[in-house]
Amino acid sequence: MNVQSPPTDKQRIEKLQGLGSSRKRVEDARFTQGKGNYVGDIKLPGMLFGDFVRSPYGHARIKSINKDAALAMPGVVAVLTAEDLKPLNLHYMPTLAGDVQAVLADEKVLFQAQEVAFVVAKDRYIAADACELVEVEYEELPALVDAFKAMDADAPLLREDIKDKMEGAHGARAHYNHIFHWDCGDEEGANKALADADVTVEEMITYQRVHPCPLETCGCVASMDKINGKLTLWGTFQAPHAVRTVASLITNIPEHKIRVVSPDIGGGFGNKVGVYPGYICSAVASIVTGVPIKWVEDRMENLSATAFARDYHMTGKLAATKDGVITGLHCHVLADHGAFDACADPTKFPAGFFNICTGSYDIPVAYCGVDGVYTNKAPGGVAYRCSFRVTEAAYMIERMIDILARKLDMDPAELRMKNFIKKEQFPYTSALGWEYDSGDYHTALEKGMESVAYKALRAEQVDNRAAFERGETRKLMGIGVAFFTEIVGAGPVKNCDILGLGMFDSCEIRIHPTGSAIARLGTISQGQGHATTFAQILATEIGIPAEDITLEEGDTDTAPYGLGTYGSRSTPVAGAATAMAGRKIRAKAQMIAAYLLEVHEGDLEWDIDRFQVKGNPEAHKTMKEIAFASYNQAIPGLEPGLEAVSYYDPPNMTYPFGAYICVVDIDVDTGVTDIRSFYALDDCGTRINPMIIEGQVHGGLTEALAIAMGQEISYDEIGNIKGGSLMDFYLPTAVETPMWTTDFTTTPSPHHPIGAKGVGESPNVGGVPAFSNAVHDAFAHKGLTHTQMPHDHWRVWKTAQKLGLTD
Amino acid sequence: MIPGSFDYHRPSTIDEAIGLLASHVGDALILAGGHSLIPMMKLRMATPEHLIDIQDIYDLSAISIGADQIDIGATVTQAQLIHSEELADCCPILRETSLQIADPQIRNLGTIGGNVANGDPGNDMPAIMQLLDADYVLQGPDGTRTVKARAYYEAAYFTARSENEILTSIRFAKPPAGHGSSYHKQKRKIGDYATAAAAVMLEVSNGSCTSASIAMTNLADTPLWAEAAANALIGSALDADAIAAAVAAARAITNPASDGRGPAEYRTHLAGIMVKRAIETAHARAG
Repeated sequence: MNVQSPPTDKQRIEKLQGLGSSRKRVEDARFTQGKGNYVGDIKLPGMLFGDFVRSPYGHARIKSINKDAALAMPGVVAVLTAEDLKPLNLHYMPTLAGDVQAVLADEKVLFQAQEVAFVVAKDRYIAADACELVEVEYEELPALVDAFKAMDADAPLLREDIKDKMEGAHGARAHYNHIFHWDCGDEEGANKALADADVTVEEMITYQRVHPCPLETCGCVASMDKINGKLTLWGTFQAPHAVRTVASLITNIPEHKIRVVSPDIGGGFGNKVGVYPGYICSAVASIVTGVPIKWVEDRMENLSATAFARDYHMTGKLAATKDGVITGLHCHVLADHGAFDACADPTKFPAGFFNICTGSYDIPVAYCGVDGVYTNKAPGGVAYRCSFRVTEAAYMIERMIDILARKLDMDPAELRMKNFIKKEQFPYTSALGWEYDSGDYHTALEKGMESVAYKALRAEQVDNRAAFERGETRKLMGIGVAFFTEIVGAGPVKNCDILGLGMFDSCEIRIHPTGSAIARLGTISQGQGHATTFAQILATEIGIPAEDITLEEGDTDTAPYGLGTYGSRSTPVAGAATAMAGRKIRAKAQMIAAYLLEVHEGDLEWDIDRFQVKGNPEAHKTMKEIAFASYNQAIPGLEPGLEAVSYYDPPNMTYPFGAYICVVDIDVDTGVTDIRSFYALDDCGTRINPMIIEGQVHGGLTEALAIAMGQEISYDEIGNIKGGSLMDFYLPTAVETPMWTTDFTTTPSPHHPIGAKGVGESPNVGGVPAFSNAVHDAFAHKGLTHTQMPHDHWRVWKTAQKLGLTD
Repeated sequence: MIPGSFDYHRPSTIDEAIGLLASHVGDALILAGGHSLIPMMKLRMATPEHLIDIQDIYDLSAISIGADQIDIGATVTQAQLIHSEELADCCPILRETSLQIADPQIRNLGTIGGNVANGDPGNDMPAIMQLLDADYVLQGPDGTRTVKARAYYEAAYFTARSENEILTSIRFAKPPAGHGSSYHKQKRKIGDYATAAAAVMLEVSNGSCTSASIAMTNLADTPLWAEAAANALIGSALDADAIAAAVAAARAITNPASDGRGPAEYRTHLAGIMVKRAIETAHARAG
């Protein structure tokens, strides 16, 4: 006789593939077989294609636009200009930052590649050909490229549309090219700390203009159904619900007559948060023509016109005692926002969460001020794989700490240890007002230093420097230490909104009669693996195997309202909503189980995938049995069915942190930097899927490598964009990418239902300063304090040359 | 990034291709692997009305190694150059260089003819052909002629080839047994053109350099044959002084652009480093 023994607890837990399981990504089956469904894959009957005529100039007046030749071309259906959009009041659109942006250039162009006219044609090729036939006559104007000259008395006036509006979205504007001044902290106190300090350091640190450059560029398909008056917009949207609301507010189409769908998205990294002229023009063209319109930008358009990131010039000052206790921080940022303020930040935070710039350190007094200015460059300023302006803040403080360590002749790791916020100080309120929820920084950095054999590395470096002096090697070794604290999970509705939309998120769960389920969320994956990880949260909460739970996101007609995916907010906010919705399911399930087992609810306890009678585990009902009963038994006092919805307004942000250590060998003759090793310890609280965390860290570190070592979008003196194609814009391949070593500690968030904090962006935040500090460290003994990124070959060689190390 | 419209032709013989080129002269371009031309068309920097794809012309796809001469057909891909053991045995610098061109996907399509024919200063093979003193075989309506690689390049994208000619093959003398060679190329990333690159080929007998050739990539608007630099090595023991003289002579003929790869000053400096390292590697390989 074959007796099957019941599964052990361990087997039951493994079957769920819940929290902590390195479950394989369910998305990969379709992506690895080329079966994803992206905007580019959408084909609708009668669909037309749009393409833009773009400005060749950085700053010019439009004297005339002649569409005749383009309109005469067979296959061309329409050519839209600002004049066509004005009657609809759609020639400008609101930006997320409280400014307006020209949808199509109105009398002037303000950056190279700005949208001037929108050509609609029967196919993509005709549209491109016809763009060449639109004759635009320009009168070139002096371009403003240097942000430091933006507020000069004789600076060119850029924004004629708001020249008399000296009260901006964030207060008074001090100059016609000024956007806002924002500050926080105690400036007087910070200045006093600097005046009284034994030691001070000051440095102007630029975080150069870079670009998120997702593999899939931005695009949309707009389809107006003239029969029912409903506009459907498929697009590369990181926040589909917000797009629907904003579209309704600016077009006056009722919100139930707009459906926004984010299909599969090929990477976002902040580039797909904002609203672009292509979306508006496609929608208008579909409304006018009554047929679907597709617009997908190409790579050069993406790099040169859709949202850039960073472009922060940060002047930091640190005060310290002679034995290395930091006594104050003062910093000021000159923020280059380009021609329109289209930053994607919570509305009350024009500089994002830059005031996390006290970092991981217990700094008693601090001040930060930020001034945003207009220049003749593309708009943007998005959070490229980081929370809002957090990577800028982390770069500034982590470089300043290294600069201070050098001045004090202290080891940079030791200086960090000395100033860390201590474990027992959490929850900790920083001098700039954030309440850090949890942390254990000393343990993390100690573990990192032990793992890389930090002392031995420093000893090797001493030997390397001596050998270099003796002429035995032309390579210098650098060790970069960075310790970051992220602030993610925006955010509490009390202070976080985008254009008035509170930054909660949501999850809706429906359990099917046979015990499987569907869950819908207000977020949208762009590669993060939500369908895998959110099912794992639910599996642990409700005892249904993850593989039996379908996850859906991105369709505003079916998904609950949420603010989307960026700023590492999905796990902290929607992940919390998922857990809370699961708990509502479990609460009802407990009532059903009590009825079925004929006991009081309080006599039951939850055990992995079932409710069992306390003290009598043989008497139990599994979630599968409960689900069936919920639909098919008349239970007194209970409605049939098993569904729940949760809208989660987080009480606080979460504060992931980590310790990164990079070792680089620099060839001073060529400037080539060889990343010998990179160690990344991340503490993201409770770990949902370790494999996905590792993948996120690998990806984020690779982008950090790209930024620190090569990425730059720059402009020449007349506003021509340089680096606007992948010929020059640095995207590392597998060959340039070093081996990553990942590690972790686990400090759960005390206020998140499952203690998770978010991880996708940490490696970019911590990675950039780690690489940069490593490069600086290689030359530190020769007196280098700071040199601007990117640390590409020629700039590194130039540094070596200035220090007298080259032939 | 959307090319203009064009007619596509796919001849199967060289005569047919030359006939097509003659009937559309000025409006037609030859397509081989496409890795130079198609990006130019997507940027609309090249707007041919006719594309003549030569990849079906079987006669152009062979590597022939004779007793004294090597012939390589125009449509031989970089992957073929890499995989030919016989070629690697007698002229290893072609494999070494091919492995430094872009990535495997591109090398499966990119051809040696395309690499040398259009005069793109970023391409690697033109410098190797300077090094080897190769002949380019050009075929047109009036028959066949050969042009020295060292005389072929006039300026960036300007060459000695007439609009009605097709570069059909490359010929060069088989390098002497026992020679040492090397190609050192520094680039920002896989797929990038050289910031600076240098090729060196030399022979050593009884500790003395008996012959040398040096060429450089992407350091002027044409590939550079560094005759004076090579002469600085001949007769020397390839000692530090001789190498320094060669480096100085090589740097003296560079005229690089300042671009995203770095300012001209850096690229000239780097040219010298590449020459030095290539000499040292070639020396170690000689004998």
